[in-house]
Amino acid sequence: MRDVAIIGYHRMLPSLQNTAEESQMVSIVVSGALNQAGLSRRDVDFFCSGSCDYNMGRPFSFVMALDGIGAWPPACESHVEMDAAWALYEAWVHLQMGHAEIAVVYGFGKSSLVDMEMVSTQQLDPYFLAPLGVTGTDLAGMQAAALLNTGRYSTRDFAEVVIRSRTAVGGSGTAKELLQAPQLHGPLRAHDLPVRADGAAAVVLAAGPRACVHGAAHIIGIDHRIEAHSVGARDLSQSASTALAGKQAGVVNVDVAELHASYSHQEFILKDALNLGGGVVLNPSGGSLVDDIPMVSGLIRLGEAAVAIREGGANRAVAHASSGPCLQQNLVCLLEGGRG
Amino acid sequence: MAERCAVIGIGQTRHAAKRLDVSLPGLVREAAQEALSDANMDWSDMDAVVLGKAPDMFEGVIMPELSLAGALGAVGKPMMRVHTAGSVGGSTAVVASNLIRSGVHRRVLTVAYEKQSESNAMWALSHKYPFAPPVMAGAGGYFAPVIREYIRRSGAPDHIGHLVAVKDRINGLANPKAHLQLADIDIEKVRNSPMLWEPIRYLESCPSSDGAAAMVLTDEHYADAGSAPPAWLHGAAMRSEPLLFADRDEVNPRAGWDAARAMYDEAGITNPIHDIDTAEIYVPFSWYEPMWLENLGFSDRDEGWCRVEDGTTQMGGALPINPSGGVMCSNPIGASGMLRFAEAAMQVRGQAGDHQVDGAKVALGHAYGGGSQFFSMWIVGAKRP
Repeated sequence: MRDVAIIGYHRMLPSLQNTAEESQMVSIVVSGALNQAGLSRRDVDFFCSGSCDYNMGRPFSFVMALDGIGAWPPACESHVEMDAAWALYEAWVHLQMGHAEIAVVYGFGKSSLVDMEMVSTQQLDPYFLAPLGVTGTDLAGMQAAALLNTGRYSTRDFAEVVIRSRTAVGGSGTAKELLQAPQLHGPLRAHDLPVRADGAAAVVLAAGPRACVHGAAHIIGIDHRIEAHSVGARDLSQSASTALAGKQAGVVNVDVAELHASYSHQEFILKDALNLGGGVVLNPSGGSLVDDIPMVSGLIRLGEAAVAIREGGANRAVAHASSGPCLQQNLVCLLEGGRG
Repeated sequence: MAERCAVIGIGQTRHAAKRLDVSLPGLVREAAQEALSDANMDWSDMDAVVLGKAPDMFEGVIMPELSLAGALGAVGKPMMRVHTAGSVGGSTAVVASNLIRSGVHRRVLTVAYEKQSESNAMWALSHKYPFAPPVMAGAGGYFAPVIREYIRRSGAPDHIGHLVAVKDRINGLANPKAHLQLADIDIEKVRNSPMLWEPIRYLESCPSSDGAAAMVLTDEHYADAGSAPPAWLHGAAMRSEPLLFADRDEVNPRAGWDAARAMYDEAGITNPIHDIDTAEIYVPFSWYEPMWLENLGFSDRDEGWCRVEDGTTQMGGALPINPSGGVMCSNPIGASGMLRFAEAAMQVRGQAGDHQVDGAKVALGHAYGGGSQFFSMWIVGAKRP
């Protein structure tokens, strides 16, 4: 495969409610990522984005976002109605064809405009699941219960993940304090649930010789897999699709992992699926538990894994993105530094 | 890197206003199964699945690839979901072909659909954006002023819209999958049909349909596995431009022009009307045929309507446009672009039955979306590039 690397990344600061228009948010992060890469709009051969209309409550939310990239003269551009991590995958495929050198990937989403739990219901099978009114968090609670039933982890372990994630973004507290709170969704407490946020992020990819710059995080493996939608058809205590994607991506000997675990217990499922040992630094960014932006959290994991290489001294980092109820669909990307 | 890509399996549903006999999974599976059978392949042979559809609000199911993964045989595989507005069916095919051309996969199933009867597209298309002119009358309300501008600048006579409306419906009579089967269509009927959005009359508009399209794309190794010779991908392009800015030409958008030039360059086409035998282009309102003829370089500026009037675009003409009946006969929105791409491939494979263009060797598939701002297109040929 052709050498492709992340050479620029920018995300907006975490915000519970951001009143900026989507195009403004996109403009900020795309400019920021291009600045970091030392490039301008004219250098970009391909744009790809990820977003979801329902987060804005209207069709075609990606249309106005085009203003944010300055798509004039017309741009070679595409969009996935998925987490923008899959937009990065599409851009990586595009660069593999050999006639483009620089791609910009961006994602944007707002939790503040809608009831995200209601939106998560509309994502479920419209015949058998959605009419029941079950939400993504209800199903996550079932998943957490399935994991506890294996006897491998406890709710205290879940709370420890929360403390570590909060500490990474300047918070504090102890697991003992957290465990005083009532259980709301099965075994899950409020702290085990993601903090919903608004925001956007962008990544610059470069291919071939353009990828060999200082601080570049080279993509040495990337793969994604989907599982059955029905939670009854899966062993919820495991993530077979993450394990398969990790194997295909060649995940081994990593220093850092950025895992898209929006619920605390999911970190253990993902860690096991990727065979990450005790020496691996998990979610140095704090992860999507402390700052979950719809359609962007996955791309942020890729960007933060690149930051761990560029600024954190990691040699190899694995980034993971997820979609659907109970980690139905998963993308795994293995990044490596040190070629610049 | 830069592998050849072949279309070896093509399927589509019967299109209708309401396909109440099938669920969403049933609809996509009907098209996909037909494509797999045509390719002489099975679900397990596919390396990946690429799904496309227009806004999720059309059915009220968010990110439906999640609940359709099982029906499309994608469990355990990579699956993607593309959404580029009305051009999505074409964009989805391009994204799938990129998976082959990049060498990442060897056999890819791509599917696009819309089940318009599940919701109300007119409602879903009429939401107001802040700082943008309200489009409170669906797509027709948006495009009518653009058509009026085309008529003003080109001096095209009124009956051009009627001619395309009749031609496409007559073509559709030869396509058993087409939604509209208007055996008694004529100019008089079109002229006397109700005015919906000046100057667009009822019979100059596309229908609302339920339907799906599917294709199996492979690398060179599997190119001869299908039940007909492959359609080879000769060139493909996607371009986008912003919706609103001063002096934007929506009649002849630069994004469409740029995409066509890039595609022709890749396919080695220097004289489109001479080098291309037939084209399936995205014409949701009849006036868009002459407009896209100009945008795609099949005619000089302001003269597209002359090619309609002189019969160039009829079956038997120098460049038959939409032999399948096109979007004017079947419009499952998310699938409409892929149907154009698939019908183009059917023509060069000699699979089009009663709507086959004799001797078609090179064909163009085209789709556009948003406010004439998203374009995807490809050229397929019978000859290996």
